[in-house]
Formats: sequence, structure tokens, C-alpha cells
Amino acid sequence: MYLTQPIPASPASTGARIKAYFAQTRLSLLVRSPIALISALVLIALVLIAVIGAPLALETANFQSLRLRFFPPFSLEHGWIYVLGADGLGRSMLAQLIVGARTSFIVAGAAVGLAAVVGTSIGMISGFVGGWVDAALMRVSDIIVTVPSLLLALAVLFVLEPSIFNLVAVLAVSRLPIYLRVARAQTLELRERVFVEASRAIGATNLRIIWRDIRPLVLPTVMTVSMLELASVMLAAAGLSFLGVGLQRPDVDWGTIVSEGREYLTRAWWATVFPGMAIVITALAANFLSNWLRASGDPLQAGALAAATARQEDALK
Amino acid sequence: MLKFLSLRLTTSLIALAGVMVIVFFLARLTGSPATLYLPADASVEMMEAFNRQFGYDQPIPQQFAQFVGNVLRLDFGQSLYQQRPAAVAVLSAMPQTILLAAVAMALTLLAAIPLGTVAALHPHSVQDRLITLFSLLTASIPDFWFALVGVLVLSVNLGLLPTSGQASLLSWILPVATLMLHPVGVLTQVVRGAMLETLNAGYVQNARARGYSWKRLAFRHALRNAALPIITVAGDRAGGMVNGAVIVSAVFAWPGIGQVLVDAVYNRDFAVIQAGVFVVGIAVILLNFLVDLIYAAADPRIRIS
Repeated sequence: MYLTQPIPASPASTGARIKAYFAQTRLSLLVRSPIALISALVLIALVLIAVIGAPLALETANFQSLRLRFFPPFSLEHGWIYVLGADGLGRSMLAQLIVGARTSFIVAGAAVGLAAVVGTSIGMISGFVGGWVDAALMRVSDIIVTVPSLLLALAVLFVLEPSIFNLVAVLAVSRLPIYLRVARAQTLELRERVFVEASRAIGATNLRIIWRDIRPLVLPTVMTVSMLELASVMLAAAGLSFLGVGLQRPDVDWGTIVSEGREYLTRAWWATVFPGMAIVITALAANFLSNWLRASGDPLQAGALAAATARQEDALK
Repeated sequence: MLKFLSLRLTTSLIALAGVMVIVFFLARLTGSPATLYLPADASVEMMEAFNRQFGYDQPIPQQFAQFVGNVLRLDFGQSLYQQRPAAVAVLSAMPQTILLAAVAMALTLLAAIPLGTVAALHPHSVQDRLITLFSLLTASIPDFWFALVGVLVLSVNLGLLPTSGQASLLSWILPVATLMLHPVGVLTQVVRGAMLETLNAGYVQNARARGYSWKRLAFRHALRNAALPIITVAGDRAGGMVNGAVIVSAVFAWPGIGQVLVDAVYNRDFAVIQAGVFVVGIAVILLNFLVDLIYAAADPRIRIS
């Protein structure tokens, strides 16, 4: 093949390839697995409630009423907004849960996203470059692993002011090593593949190889890990808020609500039980989904690998 | 073996140095450590005197050198709240936590190994699915909430268990269960995965062909060879039990490192926080070293190499 000749575009084959790619992605598989489908729908519904419901519920969530103190749940006497009862200040539990949902999702989502992007980037560079850079980065990761995450978070948040940003940053740093190791391990294997060698032969820079050849193949695993992490980061964030170093009023997440409810555990069980149940439902949905992603992991990886190989073949023609 | 251990020791020392840097910069994150060490109502003169006394008015590198010297002598300053050296406050609490964590880890292994083995012996069966469901459920329940609901149901409503304290053996049940909650699900899945692999290995199939019972197959042949990943994750989770210990002390007022740290947070006792990060970091490094030794004991290949 000569460089002067334009590469003929073949829409038919590209279209067929896209079709085959979608057939191999998990979307078509998702529909066939009821538990995974329900989990995905539950998560989507919760995110929608958090996004749309939180601004609407904010005022109600902060509305205090002495008359409604410890109003028990499952009664529609004061309207559906008090169906989950009211806390010690007469605030609607349902409204608070909806407002807490937004913060819980923002914190967990942002922490997972930040850790995934930074950790995967560092991991890919570490694995691809190797040498002392790799050794140094792995030692940093060892250090993070050495100090138990809650203790590190407790200590850092003790020094810094409690805020959403600081909470996200601390959670993200403590979760970095997982992505770093996963991305590094895959990169170590992928960099020996023929298509990487081929890219190098046609003069691609290291960064281009990492971005175009390695990233697409590392991504599915990172996505699976992220989904698994979403649940555990949500639990970790709630734990920090429960201990009083995470979020503080006026910011509330489900952990803050549990810690407030705990003060009158014997008087009003619902103020403790419901926010915890919200965490359990969310985490369970995320865990079911990630468990299924792992189980169905091979088809997509195979698909992604096939797509990448096909692209490399195109480039070499 | 010696090469393996010395390599691990080197990495541990690097990790230790890293932990020291973290502890040093913790105090430096918000300017002068005086605001962290002294009570909130301390006067400007007190702060200046404090800065002079502990050399916080000197250049950073010099301060770091002095700090390393202090840390190596386990001198983290006085605990404001407990009126004794911070290192003493932390170290004296460690045995309680180690005892609780050891009981919890032993019970976790006792539960996870049979559960994971049953799941691996019958993959994709009803038992396997139920055990996976159990693992996913434990990973989805916040431990502090589990502890609170446990208190609510078993102590408050049914009156079966005491709400806090260490008076009787009964009072151990909820703290140990809280500490086990997350590790038991993870370890069950690790045992399942490792056992699945070894049960399909040639030597196990050979033993099966010779007509050995499944008990002998699973526990004599497969489990021994599945031990390494199980030990790794168990060691990892044992270190993580400090997280659980903090929660357990916050809910059950259980004495130990968790209690010391939670008290330190509520009373803004910074010296203790710093000492806690350092001492727990060392404890985890020692634990990792112990895991390496167990590794060598479990796998002759590591011993010889």
C-alpha cells in the first residue's frame, strides 16, 4: 500500500462492525439478565430522584415543626411527604432522604470518578514507562495502602474543614491504589502485544499509544472496578459523616442523617433505619450490577479487543 | 526466601518513611501546628511560646529532621485530653483492638472457608447463588448502621444483648459481628474463586478419580493450594479492621484504638491523631511482614527460592 493513495472508506464494513460491536456490548446482555436490569433501573431511578427531587424537596427537608416531632412512619395523616415519619425536629424523613440522595451520589460519584481517572492514568503511564518511575509510583501506592483508609481520612479531615470538596478529595486519594494496580497490571501485559509494536513501528508517540491502543482495552475493567467501588465509597463517605468528620449541616448525606437519628434511636427507630436502608438499596444495586459486569466481562473485553485489532489492521493496510 | 523477605522489608521501610511524611504534613496542612495542638481558646502568646518551644519557628527541613528524631523516640507530644504522652495513649489501647480484631478475623475465616468451599464445590447451584447473595449483601450494608440496627433489635427491643461495655461474653457478639461484616463477604468470594481454580486442577481431579471423599479433596488437596490468595486478603482485611474498630468504638463505646481516635477527634486532640496514624501504620507493616512469613510457611516454593 502506498501513502499517496487515499485509503478507501468502506461504510458497509464499518456499519457492520458497529453493529457487531453493539451485539457484543453488554447493553443487549443487560436486557436478558433480570437482576442486573432491575439494579440498573433502581440506580437510574435513584439518580433521577436525586437530580430532580432534591431541589424540590430542599425547603420541605429543612422545615421544622414541633407538632410533628417523632411523627411515626407509614401514616398519611400529614400528607405523603411524612409517609416515612419525621425526625426529632419534626422534619420530613422522606424529604431529607431525597436531599441526602443528591449529596451521597455527588460525593460517591465524584470520588470514584476522580480516583478512576487519576488512578488509571497514573497506572497506565507507570506500567508503560516502567523503570524508576514505575517503582516510585508503586511505592506511593504502597504507602496509601499501609495506612487504613478510614484512619487517614479521619486524620486529614480532622485538620481540614469538613466540606464536600475535601471529603471527595480524601476518598479519591484513599481509593487511588486500586485503579493504579488494575491499570498497571493490564498495561504491562498489553504493551507486549503486536498492535502496540505496530503502532510504535509507524512512529506513534508513547502518549498516543497509551491513549489510542491501551486505554480502550483497560477501560472495561476500570468501569467494572468503578461500579464495585461506587458502593464501597458510598459506605465509606457515609461512615465519615457518621463519625462527624464528613459532611455537616447544612450539607447532609445519608450518613449524616443516620448519625442524627442515632441520638434518639430508642424513641424513633425510623430516623436511623430509613437512611441506612437507602444506602443499602443503592449499594446493593451497584454491587449486583458490578457482579454481573464482572461475570459478563469477557464478551465486552473480547469485543473491545476485536475492535482495536481491526482498527490496527486498518492502519497497517 | 531471604531475598524475598529482605525485599519486603525494604519496601516496608519505604512505606514507613512515607507514613512519617504523611504524619508530618498532616500537621502542616493548615499552617502552624500550634492551632492543632493547643486548645481552641489559646492566646497568641501561648501559640508563640509553643512554636518556639517545639521549633515551629525554624525552617521546614530543620523541622522535619527534628520531627523524624521525635517520632523515632515515639515522642508525639502530650495528649491534651488524656494528660499523658500521645504515644502512650495510643500504644496502651492497641492490645484491646488487636484482641478484638483477632477474634473477629478467626471467626471470619471459620465462616468464610466453609461457605466459599461449598460454593466452589457446587458452582452455579442454589447454594452458590445464595452464598454470592450473602457476599453482595454484606458488602452493601454500612457497618455503623448494621451496629445501630443490631443494638436496636437485639438490645433495645428484644433485650438479649447489652448495648455497650465489655462486662460479659454477650457484649462481644455485636462488636465482633460488626467487625466481621465486610471481611466475611469478601473472603467468602476469595475462597470460592481460589477453590474453584484448585478443584479443577489436575492433581485434584486425579485424587477424585481415585475415589477420595469430597471432604478430603476440598480440605487436604484443594484448600492447601488455595491458601495463598486467602492469606493475602485475610491479612489485608485484618489491617483494615482498624476502620471497623473506629466504628465499633463509636457505637458500642468499646475501648481500644478506635475509642482513643474517636475521643481525639471529638476533643480536637491532634497529638493523639498523629500518634495513631503512625502506630497503626507500623502495626499494618508488621502485619504484612507476618503475612509474608505465613506465606513462606504455606508455600515451600517461597521457602526455597
